[in-house]
Amino acid sequence: MVDDMRARALDPAATAAPEALLSIRDLHVWFELRRWGFGRAGYVRAVDGVSFDLRQGEAVAVVGESGCGKSSLMRTLLGLHRPTRGAVIFAGHDLARLSPARMKWYRAQVGFVQQDPFGALPPFMTVARILEEPLIVNGVKDRAERQARIHRALEEVRLSPVDDFLHKFPHMLSGGQQQRLVIARAVILGPRLIVADEPVSMLDASVRVEILRLLRGLQESHNLAVIYITHDLSTVRYFSERLFVMYAGRLVERAGVEALLREPRHPYTRALLAATSDPDAKNAAVFREVPPGEPPSLLRPPPGCRFHPRCAQAIQGLCAVDDPPDFEPAPAHFAKCWLNR
Amino acid sequence: MTTSNGALLRVDDLVLHFRTARGVVRAVDGVHFELRHQEAVVVLGESGCGKSSLARAILRLLPRNVQTYSGKVVLDGSDLMTLDEEAFRRNVRWVRLSLVPQSALASLNPVLKVGDQVAEPMQVHFNLDRKEALAQARQMFQHVGVPADFMERYAFELSGGMRQRVAIAMSLVTAPAVIVLDEPTSALDVLTQANIMNMLKRLKHTLETSFILITHDIATSSELADRVAVMYAGQIVEVSDAARFFSAPLHPYSQKLMASVPRLRGAAEPDFIAGRPPSLFDLPSGCRFAPRCPHRFARCAEEPPVVKHGGRQVKCWLHV
Repeated sequence: MVDDMRARALDPAATAAPEALLSIRDLHVWFELRRWGFGRAGYVRAVDGVSFDLRQGEAVAVVGESGCGKSSLMRTLLGLHRPTRGAVIFAGHDLARLSPARMKWYRAQVGFVQQDPFGALPPFMTVARILEEPLIVNGVKDRAERQARIHRALEEVRLSPVDDFLHKFPHMLSGGQQQRLVIARAVILGPRLIVADEPVSMLDASVRVEILRLLRGLQESHNLAVIYITHDLSTVRYFSERLFVMYAGRLVERAGVEALLREPRHPYTRALLAATSDPDAKNAAVFREVPPGEPPSLLRPPPGCRFHPRCAQAIQGLCAVDDPPDFEPAPAHFAKCWLNR
Repeated sequence: MTTSNGALLRVDDLVLHFRTARGVVRAVDGVHFELRHQEAVVVLGESGCGKSSLARAILRLLPRNVQTYSGKVVLDGSDLMTLDEEAFRRNVRWVRLSLVPQSALASLNPVLKVGDQVAEPMQVHFNLDRKEALAQARQMFQHVGVPADFMERYAFELSGGMRQRVAIAMSLVTAPAVIVLDEPTSALDVLTQANIMNMLKRLKHTLETSFILITHDIATSSELADRVAVMYAGQIVEVSDAARFFSAPLHPYSQKLMASVPRLRGAAEPDFIAGRPPSLFDLPSGCRFAPRCPHRFARCAEEPPVVKHGGRQVKCWLHV
């Protein structure tokens, strides 16, 4: 079944928008659940029909709760999962058709900033060694050039004076410094795309903004495309131009950040916004409105709109039956919700 | 129970130092604050400021490497520090004071049904038989919004939010006077977080519980806070009522911390605090925030006193 799905797809590279750096076309990432080693219990539909384009130099945020499929989407972009259907096209190349050698090229084009900096850094390597590794793997043979690039990367993430840091081990750095090192490693090969998975959620409030600004600065100075994955809506406006809201394997709303925060069109987005607090003493006096229930199982998602069992505005006989397409209630503002028909 | 305006719990010059190979860690270093009946005090601080150690010091859940443990913890007029360990265990911990630890999954026993775990404190502390204890647990499940049939489940069968609710039920079942919550929502999703905060607000009224909420999450803490205590490098630098704290914090660290919070509503650009907190091994003399403080002046080289005015307290020379 999976194979003929793949065969059915036309050459997707031909359909990608020409100016897009990254083009995701009807991406499905399903994981097979086996029963007793032979039988098939079904598929976990982690990513279930996601499409978007990303231009060079553009930052987008993907917001969603745990289990919505944002990590599977991210891993597929990094080339760690094969799409079940649909395609990831980077600079005109379909990821699924890249040879192993080209895949190595692709991995150098994409930098990854992990959520937990301490977990992402090998504890037995020094800062210099951590940054040298990707250069060696990618064939930078000249030792002096490697040193120069390590210096430049550390200065770019403002771990300076550089010589104070080169011989330190990760545990000797503060959380913020560790995350700077992770960012330095992500940019040292000169990538065109950065995937940042909750880059500040493990950090203290007082350094979060510093790291977000650093990422933003690198994005602007190197004209990088950035996919910023987060569950925290309050940080997105400082970081990205567009915002995608993901629910149960789908992007249910896509729009410019300001438009989306000002006028959310999907009830799920509205629920997320209503549940996000700003520091204000008045909060203690009121109860927040939260939709009932929990996100659906991705093994057997509900028919129709996946949010309908929790939605107060669900339309009888429609939302539970028909899958909402992408409506465009305002220019470049898309919502998968029948209320916008 | 004390009168409505008197302190239910008073922490006075509480000190908890640990002995390690690298030297002495001054995790809790002279902490003062009060908690009133049916009040929620938020202890706000960043990682490594000693806020979890403060929770341990209040509940006397101490590791083996304690160097100094002193001060007063006065609950309902009696100093708990004078009790021996057996009396503390029998009459205070989980009876008058209980804890919701940081990770709900890690705090639940993986091989016991969650219903039995919530019932257990009643069997241990109040000599109820299993049936009576389970009946109490059932009631608690209702209070925290977990369906009663979940009592038959194991921790791994519950979602993160449900586990957190069970952990809260476990600490509430003995009807303690004070519950210490250590980062109860930091690992949860936004909607789950909002649900848990709603539940805590409700419990505060229905069960007349008092809370000490330990967290680094300023925005979420405002959902429950009656008063806010800000902790920095082992000390409490400010205690203010929530209304005045969230609109006009007094201590320069509180001000910088508030300014670092990204906001969903309102366009103010957040800022960060340059530098990093001092190591608890090697604390500066004088004000501990001085090296990062924009208002630093000569006097800051001396230890600032705790200044009290208008029901607020602040440890800063600017307010003397």
